[in-house]
Amino acid sequence: MNTVKCECGHVNPPGTVLCEACGRVVAEENDDKKLLDMRYEGSARRSTTYNQTIIDKIWNFFSSVKVGISLIVLTLIASIIGTIFPQESNLNQAVDPSVYYPEEYGWFGKVYYLLGFHRLYESWWYMLLVASLGVSLVICSLDRAIPLYKALKNQRVKRHESFLRRQRIYNRQPGVLDEKEILVVKEKLRKKGYHVLEDEGDLLAEKGRFSRWGPYVNHIGLIIFLFGILLRNVPGFYVNEKLWIKEGETRVIPGTDKEYYLENHQFLIEFYDESDGEVFKKALEDKGAIIKNFQADVILYEASEKSLPGETPTLEKIREAEIRINEPLKAGQFSLYLATYDLNIQTLEFSLIKKENNENYGNIRIDLENPEKTYNLGNGYKVDVLGYFPDFDFVDGEPVTKSPNPNNPAFAFKIITPDEPEGEISFVAVQQTIEPLGENDYKLEFQTMDTAYAIGLIVKKDLTIPFIAIGGAIFLIGVAMGSFWQHRRIWIKQEDGDILLAGHTNKNWYGFLREIETITESTVLPNPIDQTEEEESNQTRGE
Amino acid sequence: MDRKRRRHIMRTVILTCLAGAIIFALYGNLTKDDKKALAAGDVAPDFLLLDLDGNPYQLEDFRGKGVLLNFWGTYCKPCKDEMPYLNKQYQHYKNEGVEILAVNVGETKIEIENFVKQHKLTFPIIVDHKAEVQTAYNILPLPTTVLIDSEGRIIKYHLGEMDEKTINEYMEMLKP
Repeated sequence: MNTVKCECGHVNPPGTVLCEACGRVVAEENDDKKLLDMRYEGSARRSTTYNQTIIDKIWNFFSSVKVGISLIVLTLIASIIGTIFPQESNLNQAVDPSVYYPEEYGWFGKVYYLLGFHRLYESWWYMLLVASLGVSLVICSLDRAIPLYKALKNQRVKRHESFLRRQRIYNRQPGVLDEKEILVVKEKLRKKGYHVLEDEGDLLAEKGRFSRWGPYVNHIGLIIFLFGILLRNVPGFYVNEKLWIKEGETRVIPGTDKEYYLENHQFLIEFYDESDGEVFKKALEDKGAIIKNFQADVILYEASEKSLPGETPTLEKIREAEIRINEPLKAGQFSLYLATYDLNIQTLEFSLIKKENNENYGNIRIDLENPEKTYNLGNGYKVDVLGYFPDFDFVDGEPVTKSPNPNNPAFAFKIITPDEPEGEISFVAVQQTIEPLGENDYKLEFQTMDTAYAIGLIVKKDLTIPFIAIGGAIFLIGVAMGSFWQHRRIWIKQEDGDILLAGHTNKNWYGFLREIETITESTVLPNPIDQTEEEESNQTRGE
Repeated sequence: MDRKRRRHIMRTVILTCLAGAIIFALYGNLTKDDKKALAAGDVAPDFLLLDLDGNPYQLEDFRGKGVLLNFWGTYCKPCKDEMPYLNKQYQHYKNEGVEILAVNVGETKIEIENFVKQHKLTFPIIVDHKAEVQTAYNILPLPTTVLIDSEGRIIKYHLGEMDEKTINEYMEMLKP
């Protein structure tokens, strides 16, 4: 690879199409074209210049727009595939995905599962695809923005005739611009907002150059956006956890390192009813119960000192709050959203009944969180709790509990009465009483149960939002810069008793042509001609 | 030449930064599920739990002793199966500087008491009502046993049931 020396004497870096100084065509393949390709000002795109080491090869791969577009297309296709069936994270947690997908969607579901598409967005290859897109973005931008910046910064007023002739807007006609005339033209250009440079009677007028940076500003926004997404993996930047709290209970807020605690004071659930007015009558008849309001009244606490896991710190009340759907509680950097609720059995109440005459000797109330060992009813009547099975089942003829959750509570009682001071054994489950040691005289009869709501909260902390927001804002600024402004340049050159006029813009050629016409009007300047239009009309005439 | 060199260095630096960011993102994503998992060699998180009588047990107080930390629940069959072995080994090794702390995952007092009585357990039983210690040690399946040496470092995580031979080996490892 060699540097390219132009006829004017300027030495250009390899890969240059148009001489950086005078605008002559230096690349051979461009020689016979009538109009110039003005992309990146004909400067050498940096990537194509060296191709020696592995670093250069990787660089050049990502610098290619073709590669960039392929990556975008691949990412799009992959993202579309991910939406064919619901992702695993959106399924009910209780289902096994290896069973769910084939069952629900047949053989295609099975293939979908086997290919790992049920976790597509978390897969390493999808991440790699998005990351490659980010790399492509950075390298493509660097490789184009820097040479373009240099080219536009180092523009010379004097350009070679062959450069001007090959601009889309061009005209040449005999005439001379004297100094007075030049002042008039300059004033007219300035009025149109142009920045005018003069060099020995030649002029360069330019405006809106900053619109050329639009795409790169846009890319910077995208890169910040992607960086924000990357930050989610940094500990402390992103928390998304579930938290269940029963009514009356206080729990630590996950992710706060035992700093914040939340008490579920009470949970309210309201339904629409007739008192809400006639308008709702029909809907209520059709749909039945419709929820009007979910609300959790909570109390936020802050621990007054650091505590170890398992240790209960002293808590200071910060404030009471109401959490509703879409009205989260904010605590420091955390937001707590009410996501769901559940109804749990809290206490069971039994009556001690003498079977013979159905006489009631008192009630016992058992807190399932903490059953007492003995419930004394007085006068020699007493109930001992021998065993408690929150999720009762029989395994090999023995009572066991399947889980610690009170889904099917059962008790082994010893009923002590003046008639039976030794006690009678009674095994009581929901709607089932077993008397393993023979018929008893007394029984414990189920009366009522108390339930309590547990609220399911989602604890969210997202410090990446500023990055996403700023990235998005910069993205839009870039779009606006590139869309609503145009980079316009006009060259005026005097040569051999002729005046040459050429113009270039990056968009809206028609408007540009009209603008030049208002400037050339009633001056000696030649009227601008759009050479592409001329070509077209020549072609139609030839047919 | 100088310009080429500079360019080469720039490219290398930029590509290295980008590659670093990608590797970080991928690694972070793949290890997201077990990010809290502790590994052998890590300092065992200190904790403070109460036994059934309300006596406090703090891990740090056991420095100088090997600690076998066993997470269990009465509803877990394999926990039940390994308890007699733990009990037996404890009789021998408690005089050699090895302590067993059995952390119940937060059941009711009556269940735990019955279980202790049934299996005649002699080592301390502490209760993790709010699951904070389970979170700190990232305990998912039961039983899980964590071996902590006399300097408070984790030697091993054992997931699932242990037979008597394994427990014996672990007790030997834990001897200070």
